[in-house]
Amino acid sequence: MASVLEIKDLHVEIDGKEILKGVDLTIKQGEIHAVMGPNGTGKSTLAQAIMGHPRYDVTQGEVLLDGENVLEMEVDERAQAGLFLGMQYPSEISGVTNSDFLRSAINAQREEGDEINLMQFIKKLDKNMNYLEMDLDMSTRYLNEGFSGGEKKRNEILQLMMLEPKFGILDEIDSGLDIDALKVVSKGINELRGEEFGALIITHYQRLLNYVAPDFVHVMMQGRVVKSGGQELSQRLEAEGYDWIKEELGIDDETIAADVE
Amino acid sequence: MATEVNEFVINADEVISRAESRGESELLISKKKEALATIENLEMPKPDKTKINKWDFFTVSEPVTDSAVYGSLEELPEAVRNLLDIEHTKNIYVQHNNTPAYLQVSDELLDQGVVIENIIEASANHPELVEKYFMTEGVKIDEHKLAAYHAAMLNGGLFVYVPKNVQIKDPVQMVVLHDDEKTSLFNHVLIVADEGSELTYVENYLSNVDRSNEQINIISEVIAKDNAKINYGAVDFLAEGFTGYINRRGIVGRDATLDWALGLMNDSNVINDNTTYLMGDNSNSNLKTVVVGRGEQKLNFTTQIIHYGKDSVGHILKHGVMKDSASSIFNGIGYIKHGAAGSDAQQESRVLMLSEKARGDANPILLIDEDDVTAGHAASVGRVDPIQLFYLMSRGISQKEAERLVIHGFLDPVVSALPIESVKKQLKEVIELKVLSK
Repeated sequence: MASVLEIKDLHVEIDGKEILKGVDLTIKQGEIHAVMGPNGTGKSTLAQAIMGHPRYDVTQGEVLLDGENVLEMEVDERAQAGLFLGMQYPSEISGVTNSDFLRSAINAQREEGDEINLMQFIKKLDKNMNYLEMDLDMSTRYLNEGFSGGEKKRNEILQLMMLEPKFGILDEIDSGLDIDALKVVSKGINELRGEEFGALIITHYQRLLNYVAPDFVHVMMQGRVVKSGGQELSQRLEAEGYDWIKEELGIDDETIAADVE
Repeated sequence: MATEVNEFVINADEVISRAESRGESELLISKKKEALATIENLEMPKPDKTKINKWDFFTVSEPVTDSAVYGSLEELPEAVRNLLDIEHTKNIYVQHNNTPAYLQVSDELLDQGVVIENIIEASANHPELVEKYFMTEGVKIDEHKLAAYHAAMLNGGLFVYVPKNVQIKDPVQMVVLHDDEKTSLFNHVLIVADEGSELTYVENYLSNVDRSNEQINIISEVIAKDNAKINYGAVDFLAEGFTGYINRRGIVGRDATLDWALGLMNDSNVINDNTTYLMGDNSNSNLKTVVVGRGEQKLNFTTQIIHYGKDSVGHILKHGVMKDSASSIFNGIGYIKHGAAGSDAQQESRVLMLSEKARGDANPILLIDEDDVTAGHAASVGRVDPIQLFYLMSRGISQKEAERLVIHGFLDPVVSALPIESVKKQLKEVIELKVLSK
């Protein structure tokens, strides 16, 4: 049975300031959802709050994965339940190689005594790195340390492909990428696309959606989802911008506050 | 009585008659006499920012203890065997408490004139060599009261001499096993690499008792003559309760290199002084230390590289982790003397705190008496970054494992610099033990 991720009336604060003001979204495995919107409307906050970023306080609402409230779980438990967050700014961890990290992450999802076989792991890693056109020596480099912006994003997609979560939440995975890197990142997401994978892609550019066709498109403003539709919605946004939505809904300033991203 | 513990008491006659009755060499006895003659008038060392006036450096239960010797590497206790790659170990000296317990040196080295002997015997067998270098160029007997006390009480250690142009490929290893709680360690290590020679030396201190209220007063003098190269590694992991003074001093000649990789993991209160003199032009020293403090430990790490030679290069990298109520001072000093033109002094100190009560103080100091030089420093004291933990945990890794990865990663630049694989492995295990223990 396909898994379902339900976000219900989600309210989130940072340092006492409300950013999300009641977000509702339902994503099923097999579906790709895009969340679009101008800067400062709460898109990244949505992604980070679902995963449990320490700076974000959920004040109301719930996030259910197959009926289980993930907001009551620790961050690692959310990952083990099948969530993955591809980050906009991945951390650099010195002294821990990319491949050791990936192996720890894979084994964390498996039972003790059922750790992934080393050869099997290396085979899968090599295959995915080739697919993402990554230098094989990146597996022995320290996690994200000294990686370029594009390398970091590819590395996020590599982790996504290695961990094969139920749902991938990708937070501006396309920002700062040149067209070749964008194609590679898209290729990775499309490779996972299928009955056993659902995605929530957060972006403020239509560009990525030319390569990863979404099933559903949502527009966020003022900390809420204000409009939903199919791929035609993102195409209209690309052509006409956001002003027509603001007009339609009578929104003056779409941001939560000028100082919040 | 707390105010009196630092009061100095030594019975000179007893020191000398004990040395004579144990058959120590004339040279060593004369050095002990020299120390005893001056000790009353010497000041205590003054480690910057650590008050030691209430530290007890002079209470000693047994000036020398006698322990078992070993007939082969196989007879060594498991704790020691774990430090060795027994099949490939060629050159090793094991000291059991104060007793020289095992020595193995390859014939090849003996044929080349290499000397590896415990320092007490070496002072009898090679008096001219030992006399030339023992507490003359490195740490002077009258440098301060603890140096003189060390010389007077000396009861162990090692002498290594590498003749000109001899390059030793296999490491020389010293292991000191401490399993007698009455033992005090007054070890002196004297290493001389003559011109054009090469040596990798690693020492390990480990305890097999939980606690000891005795003294650690250890001095290493490491002399790299012109164009010589010494790679010096150490893992100190002695039990709590000792009062510790550990001084590792380097003297580096022209075109010579002395690299240090030190895992300072003792569980006692310890003053660590590590000073390297770059005497020759184009001399070089790379110093890496890693420290984990726990419990109520008080620690002072003063690391200095002093440049006299032109175009000399000294780099210091110190990483420390402090947990529980441990407190530590990290003083890093790069000192370029007048005339050392073209020199480069760099240092980096990083301290990671794992608890609210832990204290860490990083003090980078650059003293520059010359114009045409490059120098820089970086220092930071911080906590494990919650965003890093979030990142790792978002991949399913538990908080405990994520912290472990971040801490290992933090210490890795030093750990990976240790020259012997088995010792590197031991240091990782010690770090694991100290960091994860409650």
